[in-house]
Amino acid sequence: MTSVRFQVAGIMAALSLCTAMSSPVLAQKKYDSGASDTEIKIGNIMPYSGPASAYGAIGKAEEAYFNKVNAEGGINGRKIRFISYDDGYSPPKTVEQARKLVESDGVLLIFGSLGTSTNSAIRPYMNDRKVPQLFVASGASKWNDPKQYPWTMGWQPSYASEARIYAKYIIKEKPDAKIGVLYQNDDFGKDYLKGLKEGLGARTSMIAMEDGYDTSEPAIDEHIVKLKASGADVFISITTPKFAAQAIKKAAEINWHPVHIISNVSASVGGVLEPAGIEISQGILSASYAKDGSDPQWNADDGMKKFYNFVAQYDPKSNKLDAGVVFGYGAAQTMVQVLQMCGDDLTRENVMKQAASLKDFAPDTLLPGIRINTAADNFAPIEQLQMMRFKGRKWELFGDIISSEIGQ
Amino acid sequence: MSAAEEVVAEGHQAVAAVPKRGMTLGTGTSLVVLAALLIMPIFVKNFIIFQMTMLLIYGLAVLALNILTGGSGQFSLGQSAFYAVGAYTTAVLMEHFNVNYALTLPIAGVVCFAFGFLFGQPALRLSGVYLALATFALATAMPQLLKLNFLEHWTGGVQGLVVTKPDAPFGLPMSQDMWLYYFTLVVVIAIYIFAVNLLRSRSGRAFMAIRDNEIAASAMGVDVALYKTLAFGVSAAITGIAGSLGAIAVQFVAPDSYTITLAISLFLGMVVGGVGWLPGSIVGAAFIIFVPNIAEGISKGLSGAVFGVLLFLVIYLVPHGARQVAILGQKLAGKLRKN
Repeated sequence: MTSVRFQVAGIMAALSLCTAMSSPVLAQKKYDSGASDTEIKIGNIMPYSGPASAYGAIGKAEEAYFNKVNAEGGINGRKIRFISYDDGYSPPKTVEQARKLVESDGVLLIFGSLGTSTNSAIRPYMNDRKVPQLFVASGASKWNDPKQYPWTMGWQPSYASEARIYAKYIIKEKPDAKIGVLYQNDDFGKDYLKGLKEGLGARTSMIAMEDGYDTSEPAIDEHIVKLKASGADVFISITTPKFAAQAIKKAAEINWHPVHIISNVSASVGGVLEPAGIEISQGILSASYAKDGSDPQWNADDGMKKFYNFVAQYDPKSNKLDAGVVFGYGAAQTMVQVLQMCGDDLTRENVMKQAASLKDFAPDTLLPGIRINTAADNFAPIEQLQMMRFKGRKWELFGDIISSEIGQ
Repeated sequence: MSAAEEVVAEGHQAVAAVPKRGMTLGTGTSLVVLAALLIMPIFVKNFIIFQMTMLLIYGLAVLALNILTGGSGQFSLGQSAFYAVGAYTTAVLMEHFNVNYALTLPIAGVVCFAFGFLFGQPALRLSGVYLALATFALATAMPQLLKLNFLEHWTGGVQGLVVTKPDAPFGLPMSQDMWLYYFTLVVVIAIYIFAVNLLRSRSGRAFMAIRDNEIAASAMGVDVALYKTLAFGVSAAITGIAGSLGAIAVQFVAPDSYTITLAISLFLGMVVGGVGWLPGSIVGAAFIIFVPNIAEGISKGLSGAVFGVLLFLVIYLVPHGARQVAILGQKLAGKLRKN
């Protein structure tokens, strides 16, 4: 009996020695809900059904990208578990799904949820709970508000950033311009207009006329006629695809040939410029930040080669021409970068800290020269774009990468 | 009688006559359900409590539609509009005027009653499918109306409004979710009792007389126009209160939240719960909240199709919805008791 007791004591001593020795190592590994030695749980909410279901391609591409990362060994040895739910683009459902992800599935963070009003609906909850709401898939500028919402961060350039870039371009290339602005009367159009004015700064008076239209209007012909009459020689068309095409057509019809800038949202060759007419669309300007999966000029590009291989191997059912797939790939790559930077400290606080310390990170699908930079007071990861001009049947990039920051 | 009139007359009979006793649960069953609803939050996570709160809220909205369709025989695909008005009334009052959340409920109810009553006036001339179409127009128009420029200062336009979630009062040791659940439960029970009594009252009998045969009801001296608009008003008021509670629970209102999809979901909930059977409203609400989640679990890409199949199965197997299941259950229980 005594010998047994000695043995037990011996084992106990050995065990306590072990824990004592390993505790400094253990102390470095810190986890919040959703992270462990083997796994990182990431939540996501997408409109797989409902009016915006076309964007579901983004969620599928992201899932495929995480599968690729897992197949290649995961992040610091941990596999990603990507839990993606459908909200049908309805904000109350988004709240329900976000709470399910955080409280029931216990995810470490919610990544890349899509939509402006859907993300607005969960933002107070995420910040209350101190759960990261990272790389929101929406172009609203409100995601860059680290003071009030330190747990929410956007990813793509905001509409306001894009507008600031047009302002910079105009000031540089055509300082005596009279600008006519047509904008869609909603969050998209207003964000844009705000950015344009910020970009023009003291020269806001260059705007000769700003004219809003509602999406319920069947045609916007009258607005174009009014803008021409205002004497504007630069026309900024802050429009969604259908109206962008109408504006191009009407301007040609009434023989108005200003410097014509259309928003990136409507820069689709197949969806806007072809229906409007390739002939009359020549010379139209826009800006972009990502490579176009349908553009053969990227076939030899290293980043895009990786992207095409990824699509072939992990997401073969998707359409590589779909901008959503390119988007999902880039966003997921950024997420993986942040998790890698976290090392073994997978707490929610550290995730936000690392997300806010990205330095010159360049995902494969962004235009050469565009880099992701964030800081504690800058929650807008992509702030650069490059101007492009429509020539022949495709967009030609020109000029330098322009940063949207004011005063640069 | 012209062909068109015949169609309209048939439209009325589309709602099967439900005897008023058959509209409610027995006292014993009611108490058991109530006890279950009271105890449940103590054992589950906050997220489930939130889901249960949403269940009660949608249940209330389905109940409102049930009074309109099951009670007075009028169709509505426009309930989302009343729901939106209620939600926005609460959100605007809370965020712009700092009104206490509990006080906004009756205000939303009154506003929606007026709105529903007024909408009921032109709707009087329409019945059956035509009325359904008119209300459909209301539902499609509402999200756009909420985006209007001159309202934007109040409604926040497309960006919507964030609503602050209330804490439990008197320093009660419960989470916000649990407090809101009990608050909602009290409101829902009060309205349920009101609804049951309404349908058993003189007005309720008038509703049902109109539902069963409008001409006969009118011959008996029922003021058809008044009671039809009244039914609309009451239904809108209850839907509005549901909308208010929804805004508080979700903490956010935006035009995208109140699209035609919501109106169709509520209609679906009513059919699945059993038209004219008030307790079925909760079952119907459970269907519209949980079945899409189940469908998504089965197949993400085809969640809509799976949902369709499940819905089809329910309609095919139990065309009268939960009411039919309840009656079957009652018969079974009766047989067991005899044995």
